Amino acid sequence: MLKIKNLYASIEDKSILKGINLEVKPGEVHAIMGPNGSGKSTLASVIAGKEDYEVTKGNILFEGEDIDELAAEERAHKGIFLSFQYPIEIPGVSVTNFIKTAINESRKARGLEDMPAKDMLKLIREKADLLEIDRKFLSRSLNEGFSGGEKKRNEIFQMAMLNPKLAILDETDSGLDIDALRIVANGVNKLKSKDNAVVVITHYQRLLDYIVPDFVHVLYNGKIVKSGTKELAHELEEKGYDWIKEEVNA
Amino acid sequence: MDLKEKLLSSFMVFEDHVDNDTYVHDIRNDAIKIFEEKGFPTKKEEAWKYTSLNKVLKEDYSVFPKQENALEYRDVKKYFIHDIDTYKIVFIDGKYSSHLSQTTHDGMDICLMSAAFSKPKYRLVIENYFNKAASKDSLPSLNTAFSSEGAYIHIPKNKLVEKPIQIIHFSTGNESAIMLQPRNLIVVDENSHVQIIERHQSLTSNAVLTNSVTEIFTNKRAIVDYYKIQNDSLNASLIDNTFIKQKQESVASVHTFAFGGKLVRNNLNFYQNGQRIDSTLKGVTIIGNNQHVDHNTLVHHIEPNCESHQDYKGIFDENSTGVFNGKIIVEKEAQKTNAFQANNNILISDKATINTKPQLEIFADDVKCSHGCTIGQLDESALFYMQSRGIPKKEAKALLMYAFSNNVLSSVKIPEMKQRITKIIANKLGVNLGFDL
Repeated sequence: MLKIKNLYASIEDKSILKGINLEVKPGEVHAIMGPNGSGKSTLASVIAGKEDYEVTKGNILFEGEDIDELAAEERAHKGIFLSFQYPIEIPGVSVTNFIKTAINESRKARGLEDMPAKDMLKLIREKADLLEIDRKFLSRSLNEGFSGGEKKRNEIFQMAMLNPKLAILDETDSGLDIDALRIVANGVNKLKSKDNAVVVITHYQRLLDYIVPDFVHVLYNGKIVKSGTKELAHELEEKGYDWIKEEVNA
Repeated sequence: MDLKEKLLSSFMVFEDHVDNDTYVHDIRNDAIKIFEEKGFPTKKEEAWKYTSLNKVLKEDYSVFPKQENALEYRDVKKYFIHDIDTYKIVFIDGKYSSHLSQTTHDGMDICLMSAAFSKPKYRLVIENYFNKAASKDSLPSLNTAFSSEGAYIHIPKNKLVEKPIQIIHFSTGNESAIMLQPRNLIVVDENSHVQIIERHQSLTSNAVLTNSVTEIFTNKRAIVDYYKIQNDSLNASLIDNTFIKQKQESVASVHTFAFGGKLVRNNLNFYQNGQRIDSTLKGVTIIGNNQHVDHNTLVHHIEPNCESHQDYKGIFDENSTGVFNGKIIVEKEAQKTNAFQANNNILISDKATINTKPQLEIFADDVKCSHGCTIGQLDESALFYMQSRGIPKKEAKALLMYAFSNNVLSSVKIPEMKQRITKIIANKLGVNLGFDL
């Protein structure tokens, strides 16, 4: 589904990603871990198509197609979803209207009519219940004045609505208490199928107790320096990242 | 011959043409003298520092329309709010169009200034109200000198006017450039409520200059909601002078939606003559190209316990220029005044300009006054966020801009009017979104 080949990316001439190779197949869950500043969020943003980053070498293939030239919305239309580490507040646009617009724009891109209002409402209710989101919450301005947990739950709610093929969860666990974490993870697990894939970017092992990865990769200094199974995450939790750094620098 | 000379010499001819009521005649004569003395305002005047009329005044305007022009309703229907029943006072090139209008004398007068000037039964209202609110500045004076036609609305007391009133001025351009000077008088007596929508629409590529004066009087506990739709062609310029005199406990609001025209100057003046008065001034400006929109507001708090609320949002693209100059005067007697003013702007292009200037003159010591102006750009991170959810950049921008204006739109009380404005905004931003936020 996703194939990243020797990817180099920079922002304002500062090189951040330095030769990433990664393959994600349908049905898989990958975790990308690593110390602060290693390039985890950059990788997520580059896959989602943030214009500030320049891909200087290598390529990203999504379902066999090079997506480097595609705008962020076109990638979304193809089924790529990024859950933001820091979701943006958009005053004056309600959660409901935002998601309606997003869904109908995606449908438009696929040559479909707008979703009938009745179906939309039903879908919104169903997914809101999945994430244990209060109905009142849906008419509030998007992310404005939301707590950290509400913001993340709202991200996964949007994911549930858009039903992406590839979901990248950037530090979705940060700022969550244990109950919110369980709700969010439960939501993600219910959305999982053999046809879609999840990339979980995280600093800690905590979230991986709930969303169990098939593969764990360690990103350090713009490169994937170690890959393994979920046991690697436990090892990192125990020993920290210093031994990895030492291994790499040796 | 420049426009000023042309106007001065035309005045003699004009005075011969209109019915010679001495009362109005004297007012017109005094007014032309003021205009002769002051001339058109220039950038040297503080109030016109950021708006130059030079280019607009260079055109060779015809001052009186020579022929009557007709329009078919089906051709201009789209400029009306047509999905609800309304009263209509429609002018084509400055001349009343009975064909397109729907006036009334049934328990109230929704008709024409020309009738009010000439018929004895209106004489008392004319003497009590005509030119009693307009300032003695040069442009309002010029309008006063030539005042002969416009909307005349008199709502007697205890009347809820259920249908909104639309005042629409069309210019057809059938005879080159044209200058129009409509004059409206609106008197709303005790406890009455009226909603008015005003629009100027050019149907030609010839230049049009409109110098309009509207005087509104709200008597005790009267309510007036006034909406101005300014979405004209790039050859049409408008100088709108609106003066509102409020008596105690009256509530008046003016919403100005400025999307178009070459140059638009809104002189909006509120005078509060009584206690517990509420005044609202709101506006949305969305312009591009070389368009220029100037909002020049004045709220004069004269007596205690009154409120005023100003909220103007501006979005400026390409080479457009915006001006906001908001003056609040709180007299010494006007204790316990609450006066608020906000002006928020977004510059889309790096060639667009906004000049914003709050002016507060407060002589009372127990008042709440606040003002704030901001100038910013669209939030790039918000755009990426929206795009990552599948909303294309153009639509994402439009959604952000609409949300930015929504505070002003949400206080529009006629739903069909709000829908229309929403549609105009969507068109203006080139998107097909419903914006049901």
